[in-house]
Amino acid sequence: MTVEREPTQSSIDRGDRGRLKILQALEDQDTSVTFDDPLEHDMVLNMGPQHPATHGVLRLLVRLDGETIVAAVPDLGYLHRGYEKIAENMTYHEYIPHTDRLDYLSPLANNVAYVLAVEKLAGLEVPLRAQYLRVICAELARLASHLVWLGTMAMDVGAVTVLLWGFREREKIQDIWDILTGVRFTTSFTRIGGMANDLSGETSAMIRTFLDQFPENLAQAEKLLVRNRIFIDRCEGVGYISRADAIGWGLTGPLLRAAGVAHDLRRDEPYLVYNELEFDVPVYEDSDVLARFYVRVQEMKESVRIIRQALEKIPPGPVNAADPKRVLPRKERTYGKMEELIHDFMIVNFGINPPIGEVYHAIEGSKGELGFYIVSHGEGFPWRLKIRSPSFVNLQALPPMLKGGMISDVVAVIGSVDPVMGEADK
Amino acid sequence: MKDKILEQLNAQFRDSIDSVNEYRGELTIVVRRSEIGRVCRFLRDDGELSFDSLRDLSGTDYYRPHDRFEIVYNLYSLKNYCRIRIKVRVDQTDLHVPSVTDLWPAANWLERETYDMFGIQFDGHPDLRRIYMPEEFEYHPLRKDFPLMGIPGSLTLPRK
Repeated sequence: MTVEREPTQSSIDRGDRGRLKILQALEDQDTSVTFDDPLEHDMVLNMGPQHPATHGVLRLLVRLDGETIVAAVPDLGYLHRGYEKIAENMTYHEYIPHTDRLDYLSPLANNVAYVLAVEKLAGLEVPLRAQYLRVICAELARLASHLVWLGTMAMDVGAVTVLLWGFREREKIQDIWDILTGVRFTTSFTRIGGMANDLSGETSAMIRTFLDQFPENLAQAEKLLVRNRIFIDRCEGVGYISRADAIGWGLTGPLLRAAGVAHDLRRDEPYLVYNELEFDVPVYEDSDVLARFYVRVQEMKESVRIIRQALEKIPPGPVNAADPKRVLPRKERTYGKMEELIHDFMIVNFGINPPIGEVYHAIEGSKGELGFYIVSHGEGFPWRLKIRSPSFVNLQALPPMLKGGMISDVVAVIGSVDPVMGEADK
Repeated sequence: MKDKILEQLNAQFRDSIDSVNEYRGELTIVVRRSEIGRVCRFLRDDGELSFDSLRDLSGTDYYRPHDRFEIVYNLYSLKNYCRIRIKVRVDQTDLHVPSVTDLWPAANWLERETYDMFGIQFDGHPDLRRIYMPEEFEYHPLRKDFPLMGIPGSLTLPRK
């Protein structure tokens, strides 16, 4: 992206050679700004890719008239690692760790979304216990992701305390992940046809302890913001997008629900066991930064409700499907049993070979619709894997949200979109 | 719902539909390339079907002699909670597809991504630039004839 206007002869003639000299000194490969008219007040400002408020390597070019934004152009690709290409060159199992690195704030939800798509393709039924466990995982991931959003977005508009409180709560969730999955961050917890491990009594007790204290801590953080005059003034009416535009731009998740559309894939296209759990879908009409704040905070409360019910209802039983040709055996069994060793060898080396076909499966991730479109040619690796990442599509609507606003609101609006560049750049 | 979609589409566009198939409960309709704009407009504007949201748009390289590429449109109806997939086949000799950015602004970046990764030209797109790869990059990485390791020298390093 280059913004370039060559100096005209008239501007040189006008005698502003001194300024031209400075501008030439500022010129580099990426950006150069020159003025035809000395009274023109349009200015192009480059934000990012290294900017604390852009939540990653998002680059934004804004054209300003004074302090008002005339136009904004996001520039992506600084974190492009070619995950769709990588997927075509490895087996379905091998790809699971790569899904952690998409939306790295909610790795567990990505794991769940990916294996659900593969299982749909392969026609695998997963035991009920694993489905409940996946619900718990996905909702914990939503909480963790929303807590980071709450902290960073509040910090972007000047409230630093909430950042610390948000991260403190997230730390507790990561401690749970540590016990549940073995790692705190890049979890890779799901397996095709089940889970890597079962939910132990210790872990569920830990989750319960967390849930018991979390709503109160969340309410305290909320109290710091919703009665805070500065916060409300910075958020109210900022970053507006109309309902029709929100649908047209393909927004999903909290952004769409803040625009007055009651759409939640957990309810509208139920997957796992969401239709057996009771929860509300918070919807707000204002479609500004404040409405998005309320939607996400309400969603966290709903997530707590969902996890509570899932812990209550989770049945005993296996967490892996009884399909030895396609589901990895437990590692310790491969050491002593011939059958399991053969299956392990076949699955690891040649993959699970789902039938020829194509599927798309989406879950309601913390940022919106997270979907995987997989084309299989009957081989051990996907022929094509497309990631429908919510951050990518949501970021597209940034220019219409920013247009006409103030330069100081940019960080608030980016915070309310909550993009994760690992996912947007793939 | 799926029967209704097929019925309506067959009544309106009998000649432009190449094939229909259903797999794992997902409906896929292959549409002739020149008609994609009309079919999408009908699906979006029809009061009953109301596929008002374009959720995804991507390409696939099948690496075959005829109709090498497929462009996939993933449409969702917020009214009926229904999802369908529309496909368009593109031959290697003529990589042009009509753009749907006038129907859904969401198609803008998705088409740019497909152009970047497969080199498909979307006619009528307001700003068809690469989105992930640098502008001066000469290849289209998701094509099957592009090696996983990349091509040495294809990316210029930053100037010192």
